[in-house]
Formats: sequence, C-alpha cells, structure tokens
Amino acid sequence: MSESTPRSQTVAPTGPANLVKDERVKEMSAWRKSLVRPELGAICGTILVFSFFLIIARGTGMFAPQGILNWGVVSAQFAIIAVGACLLMIAGEFDLSVGSMIGFSGVVIALMSVTWGYPVWFAIIVAFAIAVAIGALNGYLVIKTGLPSFIVTLAFLYVLRGLTIYGSIATTRQTIIGGVSEVAAGDPIAWLFGGKILGFLFVWLADIGLIGKFVAGPRAGQPVIEGVPMLIVWALVLIAFAHILLTRTRFGNWIFASGGDAQAARYVGVPVNRVKILMFMFSAFCATVFATCQVMEFGSAAADRGLLKEFEAIISVVIGGALLTGGYGSVIGAALGALIFGVVQQGLFFAGVESSLFRVFLGVILLMAVILNTYIRRMITGER
Amino acid sequence: MTKPLIELIDIQKHFGPVIALAGVSVSVLPGECHCLLGDNGAGKSTFIKTMSGVHKPTKGKILIDGEEVTFSSPRDAMEAGVATVYQDLAMIPLMSVTRNFWMGREPVRKFGPLQLFDFDRANAVTLEEMAKMGIRLRSPDQAVGTLSGGERQTVAIARAVYFGAKVLILDEPTSALGVRQTANVLATIDKVRKNGIGIVFITHNVRHAMAVGDRFTVLNRGRTLGTAKRGEIQPEELQDMMAGGQELAALEGSLGGTV
Repeated sequence: MSESTPRSQTVAPTGPANLVKDERVKEMSAWRKSLVRPELGAICGTILVFSFFLIIARGTGMFAPQGILNWGVVSAQFAIIAVGACLLMIAGEFDLSVGSMIGFSGVVIALMSVTWGYPVWFAIIVAFAIAVAIGALNGYLVIKTGLPSFIVTLAFLYVLRGLTIYGSIATTRQTIIGGVSEVAAGDPIAWLFGGKILGFLFVWLADIGLIGKFVAGPRAGQPVIEGVPMLIVWALVLIAFAHILLTRTRFGNWIFASGGDAQAARYVGVPVNRVKILMFMFSAFCATVFATCQVMEFGSAAADRGLLKEFEAIISVVIGGALLTGGYGSVIGAALGALIFGVVQQGLFFAGVESSLFRVFLGVILLMAVILNTYIRRMITGER
Repeated sequence: MTKPLIELIDIQKHFGPVIALAGVSVSVLPGECHCLLGDNGAGKSTFIKTMSGVHKPTKGKILIDGEEVTFSSPRDAMEAGVATVYQDLAMIPLMSVTRNFWMGREPVRKFGPLQLFDFDRANAVTLEEMAKMGIRLRSPDQAVGTLSGGERQTVAIARAVYFGAKVLILDEPTSALGVRQTANVLATIDKVRKNGIGIVFITHNVRHAMAVGDRFTVLNRGRTLGTAKRGEIQPEELQDMMAGGQELAALEGSLGGTV
C-alpha cells in the first residue's frame, strides 16, 4: 500500500485486461443511479398516498395543523417499533413478541407506580430493564438453539401476553390499570415520554395567525396545538440514530453482514452473535418506548395493548424495502412505511371512508411496494 | 532452501469415531503455489479448516516461521497471517464491494464523539486494490452480487492480501467458474505469488493445478500420498493418486482421456 503516492483516476493500464471498459456492462445514468435505492418503493408509496388524500380529503382538515398532528402521532407510533424491527430484520431475525412486549411493559409501569406506589421514574426504568433483558433472552435462545427467531419469539408472543393478563388480574382484578397521569405529574422521566416540546413556537405561530386558537372553553386563547408530543421526538431521534448506525458506522456494517451471511461474517471476525442479541434488545427497547409513551398519553395501561403491532412493524419495514431474509434494507424506508401506514389509517377516517377498507387499501399498497422493491433490489444486487 | 511460512506436521483430526485426517504433512514456502489435490471426501476441507483455525487438530503440530502455534479461532489464524478464501462463503452478495472488502475491519474516522465508517478512504483503497488485480469496478458501491464469480473470488483474494496475509488458502476457487473466469483467477494467483505470499490452492481439477502449481500434494482418505515438485510428476499420475487406485485409469482409457 503506497499511501503517499497521489491517487489518480486514470491508472495507467498495466496489461491488456486492465481497466478496459467492459463492453457488456451498461453505464447507468446518474439520474437512474440516484433513483435506484432501497427506499424507492416507499418513496413512491408515500407520494401516491399523499396525492390520494390531498385529492379526496382536502377539505376535511386532514392537512390542517391538528390533522397533521393526528396522523403524525399515529405514524410516529408505527415508526418507533418499525425502527427496531428494521435493524433486527436486516440482522437476519424477526421479533414477533413486539406487540406482547408493549402490553407487558405498559402493565409493569402501571402496576409498579399506581398499584405498588413506586415513583414513576423508577417504574419506567424497571420496565425498560425487564424488557431489554427479555429481548436479550430472545436473542440468546435463538443463537443457542439455532431455531428460527420466528418460532422463539412466537413463543414469547404468547408467554408475555399471558403473563401480562395474569399479572394484571392477579394484582388488581382488572385488565386496565388507570391513574397513571395522577402519579406521573411532575415526574422527571415521565415527561420524556408524555410531555410536549416547542410549545412557545406554537404560541408564536398562533399569535401571528398561522395556526388557530381555542375560542371557547377552559383553554380559550391558547393555540390549538400545545406542542410537539415527545412520541414524535422519540420517533425522529430513533430514526436518525438507527439510520446513522446502520449506514455510517462499523457496527452497521456488521448488522448487514450478520443478516447477509452469518457464516461468511463469522469467518472474517464479525461478532455475529453479539450483533444479533443486541438487535433483539434494541427491538425490545423500541417496544418499551412505544408502551411508555402510550401509558403516559392515556394515563392507563391495559393488558391487551399492542395487539398485532409486530405485524404492523414488519409490514412497515417490508414496505420500506427490507428483505425478509435479512442483509438488506433501510431505516428511512421503514420510517416512510410507517408514515404510509399512519396516513392511510387516519386519512380514511378523515375522508369518512368505511374504516374496514383500511385493510384493503393497506394490503394493496403492501403488495405494490413489495413488487416494486423486489424489482429494484434485483437491479441493485444482481440477484436473479 | 528458504524457510517455510507454515508447516503442518502429521496432522490428525478425529470427529468422534470418524478419522477425517490420519496424518497429513504440508509446508508452504514464500512465493509458491502449493496445490492440494484430492477427491471429494479426501479430507481437504477438514485440513484447510484445521489450517485456518476453525478446527483444532487432534494430534500434530502447526509451525509458523518455525514456531509452534495453536489456533483457537479463525481470528487467531488471520492474525498469524493465514487467510482463507472459501469457495461460496467468500462474499456477501447483497452488500457493496467496499462493505465486503472491509467487513470485520472497517476503518473509522472521528466525527465529534462519533466513530464513523470512513467511506472515502475505504472506497479509495478498494478501487486501488481491485485495479491492482486488474478488475475495473463501476463503483465501489456496487453490490458484490453484480460481479461475476471470478471477480468475487478476486475481491476476496485482494482483501486477504491487503490485510497482510502471508499464507493464502484458496478453497476450490475455480470449481464453479467458467473457462475465462478460471483463467482470471489463475492469473490473480500468479500475481499474488510474485509478492512473496505462499498460496495453498485446493482443487480437484488437475489441469488447473498444473497451470499454476509449484508443488503438489495429494490427499486420499485422510492421508498425504506425498508431495511432488513441478516437472517431477505427470498430470495422469496426479489423477491416479487422487482416485486412489487404478479404477480411474481403466475408466480413463475407455473415455479417451477426458476425465
């Protein structure tokens, strides 16, 4: 390696075969190159969905500040769990216990804080610790047994849901535990999940007339939007963190390698087991962020929360261009998948369309995005 | 005579009741291509896995530069300068050439408190090393899946050489390749050898072995049948030794020498 010699783009050919342009490789235009990326399917889907709702739900307030906040929050919820599922899927594994984990963590927080009287911050930390430990156990079992993570986490889907319902009923004789808002008031950590930021900005926006104010009721004179919910902040932070981790760091390369071909990665010294277990823990962490935000927002926990969330997370990730078998995918794509999910779910509500059509619409988008993604992926990776 | 880079003396490997290797001795000199020939089941794979630290030998010694060593993991072997390019596990097709090239040893640069993958440097080095091997990449971001089989082997070889391999083990690098790609890989082997790196070339194709080999060792049923220098042995003899008998010679006669 000669680091000192300046590198020139036109290396002198040293042999006849050297650096001669291969006549059987087509040059790709810059435009086409910039288009061919894993997120393309999700970008197209996003444009399509927004155009659709701009047309059919224009006059309904869907794109007024409150409307945006409405679907923004729903999308952020999907995004939080999609980010965890995305990194885990790229590392080659699934976590089907996400939904049960949401219910479980929520009930842990409510039981500890409301029923047993511990401070809310302590309850939140304990919930995170237990959830992340269960994530590690998921990963450990997958690695140790060599079973598909599909099966191992499916077992935890049932175990955790059962434990949650049992724990809730055995201690409080009901499946919904309320009263969290009262005990969380003034708590230093609870605010991180249930609070709102940038309130002053919206006061200012209301003062200059860009957004409306309440005209009557107890909050008369206040802007219609109090601030950006921490849920959205969490979603944005997690997306940025996971995107940089995946695409810009050494560890990100290990995530791709672990999912692409674990054995090949092991042969060059990538700590595949550690990477996979850490990703299971991250998935559990994201589920607990979701659960904590939800408990703080509703002021209660319920044992049946988070039902089917694992599939919604996986669908967002797949719309975002990830390969179900691992080794390929994009956090930005998964986030757009979550946005599509949120916009479609709330948009149909705004447009007054029968809500059962939500599933039809979603199924069609899923199918279209996946077909497009498969085609793009083949172009990028040379799969046949 | 120059000192061998690596010497394996009377290596035995037993898997429970199965004796996979019953005493194999091979040495590799700097700048030579040592061909390891053997039919399926002869113990080639077990032997190279022992050499590259995947398996621990049941009996026998491994010497590197004359010093006895024990490898407890492939990482140990790599640090001692023994690199292995596996036939189908060399590269991850979904990942870019750069990501594959640096896998497990990614260069980082500091960006504030963060340690980021230094793509500028990684891409530049990858392009340069591939150019040395005579491969022109459209872009270092292109997925390995878009490369031909021969090019993939070359990326893997270039990677091993760049990271300081003294001994390079190639596990049947040509067995899945077409004629032209095979020629490219054999040419790459020749280039690498000229840098003083010792190569262990595993194959069951006598013609590929004869094209680049300096010494030839035949494995049969877990044993070495001896090592011969270039010019001391005929392709037909190697073929017979691999088959472990005269059956193939008879068969070869009836097929007109095409095997």
